[in-house]
Amino acid sequence: MPDPFTFDLVSPEKLLLSENVEMVVVPGVEGDFGVLIGHSPLISELRPGVIDTYTDNKVEERIFVAGGFAEVTGERCTVLAEEAMPVEDIDAAKAETRIAVAREALVEANNDLTRAKAQAALAVGEAMVAACVTSA
Amino acid sequence: MPSLKDLRMRIDSVKSTQKITSAMKMVAAAKLRRAQEQAEAARPYAVRMERMLGSLAGSMTSSTGAPKLLAGTGKQDVHLLVMMTSDRGLCGAFNSSIVRDTRRMVAELKVDGKEVKILCVGRKGWAQVRREFAPMIVDLIEGVGRPRLSFDDAQGISNRVLEMFEAGEFDVCTLIYNRFKSVIAQIVTRQQLIPFAADELDAGENQADANSTNYDYEPDENEILEVLLPRNMSVQVYRSLLESNASEHGARMSAMDNATRNAGEMIDSLTLNYNRTRQAFITKELIEIISGAEAV
Repeated sequence: MPDPFTFDLVSPEKLLLSENVEMVVVPGVEGDFGVLIGHSPLISELRPGVIDTYTDNKVEERIFVAGGFAEVTGERCTVLAEEAMPVEDIDAAKAETRIAVAREALVEANNDLTRAKAQAALAVGEAMVAACVTSA
Repeated sequence: MPSLKDLRMRIDSVKSTQKITSAMKMVAAAKLRRAQEQAEAARPYAVRMERMLGSLAGSMTSSTGAPKLLAGTGKQDVHLLVMMTSDRGLCGAFNSSIVRDTRRMVAELKVDGKEVKILCVGRKGWAQVRREFAPMIVDLIEGVGRPRLSFDDAQGISNRVLEMFEAGEFDVCTLIYNRFKSVIAQIVTRQQLIPFAADELDAGENQADANSTNYDYEPDENEILEVLLPRNMSVQVYRSLLESNASEHGARMSAMDNATRNAGEMIDSLTLNYNRTRQAFITKELIEIISGAEAV
C-alpha cells in the first residue's frame, strides 16, 4: 500500500479539501493522470471532469471540477479549481440547462472570443452530465 | 438665548442621530467580521496561484514570445487606473484617500506626458472625480459585492479590463485600492495588474520555491501561461475587492464610533445648558414672586 500524501483542493473562495490520500486521479487536458507519492514535479491544466481520491484502494471522494490547474510535487498535490463540487451534489437538470444555454450562446456567437467561451461552457455542462451518469 | 423647548428639541434630535450612528457601527462591525473571514478563506488559492505563476514566470524570462500580459505591449503610453471605492458614504476618509491618490497619480503621469484612462469601481469615488476627469473616465461599475462579494464580481471587472487590453486601449493597468491593515488603518495601495508584476511581499519566498523544483508542464509553458495569467488577474482583482470591502467596513466602523462619541459629548453639553437655563428660569420666577410680595 502506498504512503499517503497531502492533497489540497482550493477554489478562489475557499479551501475545499485538504487531506491525506494515497492516490488522486486528475483530469488533465492531455488525459487523466494518477498521482502517487514521489510523483515528479508537474504543472498541468485541467479539463472539466472528475477528480477521484483513493484511500485503502477504494475511491474515497469524487469531486467535479470545471477546469483549473494542478500542481504536483513529490510530497503534495494542489488543485486550483475554477468551480468544484462533490459529484453527488450535481443537479442533472441544472447541467442540462447549462448545456442548452451554452448551445444557444454558441449559435449566437459572432466572434472568436464569444464562440470560445460558449464552447468552454458547453464542455463544462457535458462533463457534468457525464459525471452524473457514471456515478449513478 | 434659546428657550427650554428649543433645547429639549435639539437634545432629542442629537439623541436620535446617536442611535442611528451606533446602530451603523454595530452593523459595520458584523459585516467587517464576515469580510475578514472571506478574505481569510481566499488566501490559500491566491498563495498557491502566486507560487505556480512564480515558477512559471521564472522559467519564461529566458525565452521570447511570452504572452503580452506578462511582458507588456512594449510601450507605456496609455495608463489605465482602476479606482476602487465604495458605493456608500459615511465611512470617513475611505473614499477621499483613494481619490486623492488617484489625483496624484494622474498628475504624475501627465507630467511624464502619458495618456490616462480611469475605470471607476464604486459610485462614491466616481462622484468625486466625474467632473474633473470627465474625458478620462471610461466607465463606472457599481453594485459590486451585493448581496455578497463573489468571485464572479471580480471576474466581471477583470474581463472588462482584459477586453480593453485586447482591443489595445491601454498599455499599463494599475489598481488603486485600500489595503486593510487594521480597523483604524487602511493603506492606499497601487498595484500593477498589466504587465504582471509579482507581489513584492511574497516574491522572495516564491523565488526560492521556484528555483528549488523543476516542473514538467502539460501542455507547454506558453499555453499554461496564456490561461493562467487572465486567471491570476481575476484573483488579484478578487483579492483587492476583498481588502477594499474589509477596509470599507473598518473605516465605517471607526467613523461611526467617532460620530457616536461626538454625539454623546454634544448631548452632555446641551443637557448642561438645558439645566442651567431651567434653573435660571426658576430663580427668575422666584425673584418675581418675592419682589411682588414685598411690594404689597
